[in-house]
Amino acid sequence: MALTTYLEAIREGLLEEMRRDESVFVMGEDVGAYGGAFKVTKGFIEEFGERRVIDTPLSESAIVGAGTGAAINGLRPVLEMQFADFMACGFDQITNFAAKCRYRWGASVPMVIRAPSGGGIHGGPFHSQNPEMPYVHTPGLKVVQPATAYDAKGLIKAAVRDNDPVIFLEHKNLYRSIKEELPRHDYVVPLGLAAVSREGTDLSIITYGWMVHVALKAAETLAAENIDIEVVDLRTLMPLDRETILASVKKTSKAILLHEDTLTGGLGGELAGIISEHAFEYLDGPLVRIAGADTPVPFSPPLEEAFLPNADKVVEKARWLHRY
Amino acid sequence: MSALATASISQEVTPDLANKLLYYMVMMRELEDRIELKLYRQGKILGGCYTGRGQEAIPTGSAILSRPDDYVCPSHRDMAAFLIRGMTPREILAQYLGRVSGPTGGRDGNMHMGCARRRILPIISSIGASIPVASGIALSMKYRDEPNIVFNYWGDGATSRGDWHEGINFATVQKLPIVYLCNNNLFAYSTPLDKQMAVENVADRAPAYNMPAEIVDGNDVLAVHAATARAVKHARNGDGPYLIECKTFRIGGHSAHDSADYVPDGMREEWSKKDPILRLQKEMVDREWASEQDFKQLRQGILDEISEAVDWALEQPYPDPATLEDNVYEVI
Repeated sequence: MALTTYLEAIREGLLEEMRRDESVFVMGEDVGAYGGAFKVTKGFIEEFGERRVIDTPLSESAIVGAGTGAAINGLRPVLEMQFADFMACGFDQITNFAAKCRYRWGASVPMVIRAPSGGGIHGGPFHSQNPEMPYVHTPGLKVVQPATAYDAKGLIKAAVRDNDPVIFLEHKNLYRSIKEELPRHDYVVPLGLAAVSREGTDLSIITYGWMVHVALKAAETLAAENIDIEVVDLRTLMPLDRETILASVKKTSKAILLHEDTLTGGLGGELAGIISEHAFEYLDGPLVRIAGADTPVPFSPPLEEAFLPNADKVVEKARWLHRY
Repeated sequence: MSALATASISQEVTPDLANKLLYYMVMMRELEDRIELKLYRQGKILGGCYTGRGQEAIPTGSAILSRPDDYVCPSHRDMAAFLIRGMTPREILAQYLGRVSGPTGGRDGNMHMGCARRRILPIISSIGASIPVASGIALSMKYRDEPNIVFNYWGDGATSRGDWHEGINFATVQKLPIVYLCNNNLFAYSTPLDKQMAVENVADRAPAYNMPAEIVDGNDVLAVHAATARAVKHARNGDGPYLIECKTFRIGGHSAHDSADYVPDGMREEWSKKDPILRLQKEMVDREWASEQDFKQLRQGILDEISEAVDWALEQPYPDPATLEDNVYEVI
């Protein structure tokens, strides 16, 4: 049976949705004949033509604004930001226009903004960021980041079918580095549901995206030391699956909140707030955050390595928390 | 009441059309006067209060040419466009008063009104943001091969926003069916035009986008109407966007709180002589289509309609605080 990469899974999910629903179209920079900077839409223009695969000028605000207008008037745009970093150029359209339409005047904006995010590819300060938090912090937006090929396909399909704007963060370091066998049938992974990637009893690592794999690697090392780690993959960052988060913490009584995004103002703080409000009595140790450093993402390999969380850093903190 | 165009795009000016244009201009003027000079000053309306006093010819002469399936994206100085699309004075007053019966149910205020059913896009406060969105609405019309077009309104200040350039560049590259109506009222808040742009006219920017443009007297509703008819024909024909720059002047301040002391002496008086309502009335008298008595009657009827609408709106309930978190998402 053929294995499907994370990138290929997103591509297949999009293809299936475009074949299923005539109102779905893709739009962005270089998405047509070139197939997108990462080739997610390779071959789309041959199958669907220029009407449904729209190459745009280099104008993120126009891409998001036009997507919003098309969505208001009944289409289902899937927009590609070449890198998640460039969503900043469309920030006003995303947070002030699209996000507030339903609340202000009841208009649905069924739009997906796909954005390759994250580091580990030596992309430097503008091709490596994890800009999820401003969008998590904007009521009206949903924010998703899959960690597996299975979820990548199921979540992109759910995002396309959702009637609210969804920021779909694709970790570019996972695009071609992970693959798995996918079901042949049509499936979706519902938005708003976390997954337990590994069951354990001693300590929970709550994380998402590439860091799920880092957590799983750390868990292997710790298993040899008889420390039994549970890994929770959030999958959707907004809305958070509080039930799964709290169930895991209540089981293990210790939690590491791990993300690649920078520490201050990162999702870890929000998770810590939820856990201390709703599971304080279950905790046997402090909530520990492991995150990217509070710096821009540097380019040179030793600096980027120092910036990023990795399995060694997680193992060290987990040992400390386990002893606590 | 709705007065959307149904038939030919190059309507001759008839007494019937002139009467309609006059009705919407006077209704806009009187409704905004009631809002700004009465309800706002009485403390019944809180927050911002933006009027298009003196600019009534622009939304009136243009939106009257919109068809029901067209989309209209007005600015905050285009009250007549809302009225022409069928939004009632009752609803508009409920919006200003923050009542549940307004088009945003109290979630937003003043001219931030939209209505999907009547195909009116609400503006947001970051001026110019509706320009890319208008492109997307027009894109969806082209996508479905519909004969509809978008009317997109904005002022001189908006043309300095990146969104203006991005949105218009996108629309012209894609040849989208949009009529742009610029109300160049010489001031963006307090900033005069020569601090806004280095070209003399907004229309001077159009050749850079390979877009036809014309400049009209924005205080002459018949001139706006005639130019819009040409633009509508162009856009409906699939020839892409078309820009009409309407030269006008904002008689009031930016908002109700703004006394507009920055306007040079005599300028307001000079422009008040070009009042678009008085000009149309003079035209109608000259053509022997109406008399001063008719205008008095029209105005009185409108004032009565507004008074009834104010009474109604003041009786409407405020939104229930328990609904605060409703409709942030469809499903969460």
